[in-house]
Amino acid sequence: MSDHNSTSLLTVKDVTKRFPGVTALSRINLTLAAGEILALIGENGAGKSTLMKILAGVQLPDEGQIFVSGKPVTLDSVQASQACGIALIHQELNLSGNLDVGANIFLGREPKSFGLIDKRRIREQSATLLARVGLNVSPDTLVDTLPIGQQQLVEIARALSVDAKVLIMDEPTSSLSQHETARLLEVVKDLRSRGVSVIYISHRLGEVKELADRVAVFRDGENAGELSRDEITHDRMVRLMVGRDISQFYARKPHTPGATVLEVRDLQTPANIGHRLNFSVKAGEIVGVSGLVGAGRTEMLQVLFGVDQAVSGTVSVDGKPIQLNSPRDAINAGIALVPEDRKQQGVILQMAVRTNIGLAGLKKYQKPGGFLNKLQEGRDSANMIDRLRIRTPHERQVVQFLSGGNQQKVVLGKWLSMKPKILLLDEPTRGIDIGAKQEIYLLMEELAAQGVAILFVSSEMEEVLGMSDRTLVMHEGRITGELTREQLSEEAIMQLATGNSAYAESTK
Amino acid sequence: MKKNLGILGILLFVFIATAMGSDSFFTAYNLFNLVERSSLYGIIGIGVAFVIITGGIDLSIGSFIGLVAVTFPFVVVSHEMSLGVGLLTILALSVIAGITHGLLITKLKLQPFVVTLCGLMIYRGISRWMVADKTMGYADDKFEGLKIMVSSMNKLPGFQNVEWAKHVPVAFLILVALGIVAAIFLNKTIYGRYLLALGRNEQAARFSGINTAAMTVLAYVICSLITGFGGLLFALDNGSIQPDSFGNFYELYAIAAAVLGGCSLRGGEGSVFGVILGATLMRLLMNSISMLGISDQLEQTVIGTVILVGVIVDELVKRYAARRNAIQQAKQANT
Repeated sequence: MSDHNSTSLLTVKDVTKRFPGVTALSRINLTLAAGEILALIGENGAGKSTLMKILAGVQLPDEGQIFVSGKPVTLDSVQASQACGIALIHQELNLSGNLDVGANIFLGREPKSFGLIDKRRIREQSATLLARVGLNVSPDTLVDTLPIGQQQLVEIARALSVDAKVLIMDEPTSSLSQHETARLLEVVKDLRSRGVSVIYISHRLGEVKELADRVAVFRDGENAGELSRDEITHDRMVRLMVGRDISQFYARKPHTPGATVLEVRDLQTPANIGHRLNFSVKAGEIVGVSGLVGAGRTEMLQVLFGVDQAVSGTVSVDGKPIQLNSPRDAINAGIALVPEDRKQQGVILQMAVRTNIGLAGLKKYQKPGGFLNKLQEGRDSANMIDRLRIRTPHERQVVQFLSGGNQQKVVLGKWLSMKPKILLLDEPTRGIDIGAKQEIYLLMEELAAQGVAILFVSSEMEEVLGMSDRTLVMHEGRITGELTREQLSEEAIMQLATGNSAYAESTK
Repeated sequence: MKKNLGILGILLFVFIATAMGSDSFFTAYNLFNLVERSSLYGIIGIGVAFVIITGGIDLSIGSFIGLVAVTFPFVVVSHEMSLGVGLLTILALSVIAGITHGLLITKLKLQPFVVTLCGLMIYRGISRWMVADKTMGYADDKFEGLKIMVSSMNKLPGFQNVEWAKHVPVAFLILVALGIVAAIFLNKTIYGRYLLALGRNEQAARFSGINTAAMTVLAYVICSLITGFGGLLFALDNGSIQPDSFGNFYELYAIAAAVLGGCSLRGGEGSVFGVILGATLMRLLMNSISMLGISDQLEQTVIGTVILVGVIVDELVKRYAARRNAIQQAKQANT
């Protein structure tokens, strides 16, 4: 399959990387030719980001070798990686917003004259680099004042300034508008024509199809296969990523939903004032919420969970309007949230599995005088560990040492012990392995069957397509459309997610 | 308990070394004083441990002790109010200070360091201004009853004729009682669990439905109450209060005791027993320095060095444990 010929610019050979509790990469192989765009795809947790960190010199592999232009190299620092001509453009932008464009491009490598920063040289050279990425702004512009798509181009200009031969782009379009995305793809193609090689990581299979000369697929930290230019189709990519027929992977069965449990009327979130959200979720229904990063989905869930307070509008549970001033109010109304940022908001990493599972419901274990019934707490958490098949040596294990999937199950366990009526899930399968993912899908199915109303935000197209009975699509703070299972397609979601609300109407 | 073995070791080492190096160390008189002083520092250490566990800090402790020490005789002697009014006044001061700190930190989201640093300056100034820098005394007969708290156990009813009781400071009994209550609160009640959880990860705790703001305010109130009470004990023990300096640096000793005892300034960690050991070690070091004839000009240097070494060793041990744990995990994952 992958021929380690001498013409390859970058070769990754048998690279393995282990973290506590999980093998992130297992004997990975990858080659990249000069002037090639290689798309790297795979589900969250497949090991893409780990490999990129290794190539960028942020982490060292446990085993295996990396060759640049046929010579073995040790990438033990970002500087070493840059010296080899490799530059990484992070998923989260790494720019200092308080500095201007030129200062960001040359950060850490400022040209100097008489020991002081040579601003004139920065300005001149920045202007050349900005022209190459097609960004028409002054090098003196503060980065904070640029829209995110242009900031992305500044990052690329920075990579070019170190004379990068290999550009690694980690989900560069995840927060870009359709227009910005098109612009970025043009820039990437232009770079290719100038002989720059690109490793392009994306979940957007449409972009991959448009851009890639070759596709490499990772699954569970292993090479799952490669597709050459003429083999790249949506179906083949998905099959390689998921590793089986998708119809079996997602558990959603046909069913009839019950009465309306959650009703949201004219809700304005503080993040998106001026847009009123209206929708409802019925008992036993799974409603997906799709959209680009920054579309206001997380902000909506946080208001529904009482973390942020609504500016206006009503939220009703079982027909009764409720006040949501704190997460406690939400919990008392039977609402639970599995937050997006698991490590910051979902679990307390340094505490035991049982402590985390019991945390939301400690009042249940309160004996007179505020004393904690640890016996009962332990018994309940042990049951939950069994029920969710949380893989932990014992219930007193510190959550930190669990894999992402098991940490997520701890968060779910915390909420299931509260027997919620409404379950809000924010990117519930982000960064977890396929096995745990499927278990979470099965659990969602099981809870829906028991009559729980589920509202889940996901950026993973396949997951939304596979699991939702109905899908809301958001764009810049408003709901641009609602798709039934029959109307649902990747194309339909992307149209609505980029603001084309006429689309849903046209297909009705 | 296992966590405190290191500091317990240092404590025993310094104790034995001093006992061997000095004739006057292992005497009833010296040991009584050592235990009493350790107890007083242990008490305020437990207070500050509560806010450190939430990830906060209280720098105003020393000044607040000064304020309490000055206010009490100011009310009771200068203004000839009853003892009850005096006690109520310092109780009210403590509650108000704690609530104010807590609300500024949780509602206005000010940093605990800044809030309590301002407290440090404000309380000191008030103390000095209130009595025009006059030295305040505790010689009045009204205080006789309260002074039992800083005397020996044989002053307590029922122990007058018990021989060993005269070697036991009442302050030590108070420390033990306070320590037990604090340890039970932290480890056995749901509120203690809330405090530990929010100290580790305030956001996750809030997302679990815990009223983290109320719990944080509670921690500052507990700290101020214990500080106020500790201040009263320090004042009764000392007898003569200089408004411009009484209590200076006590916050640092209290914080050092808490840190030595295993509290992490990042929050979420700490044991009451550890704090008591930390306070004892600090008092023991001060005592040893004078007993062993080391220049007392070096006192703070020695204490600082011991704390630094203690913290470094603690950090190294933690890293070693984490690495061992990671290796074990990797092994498990591969099988």
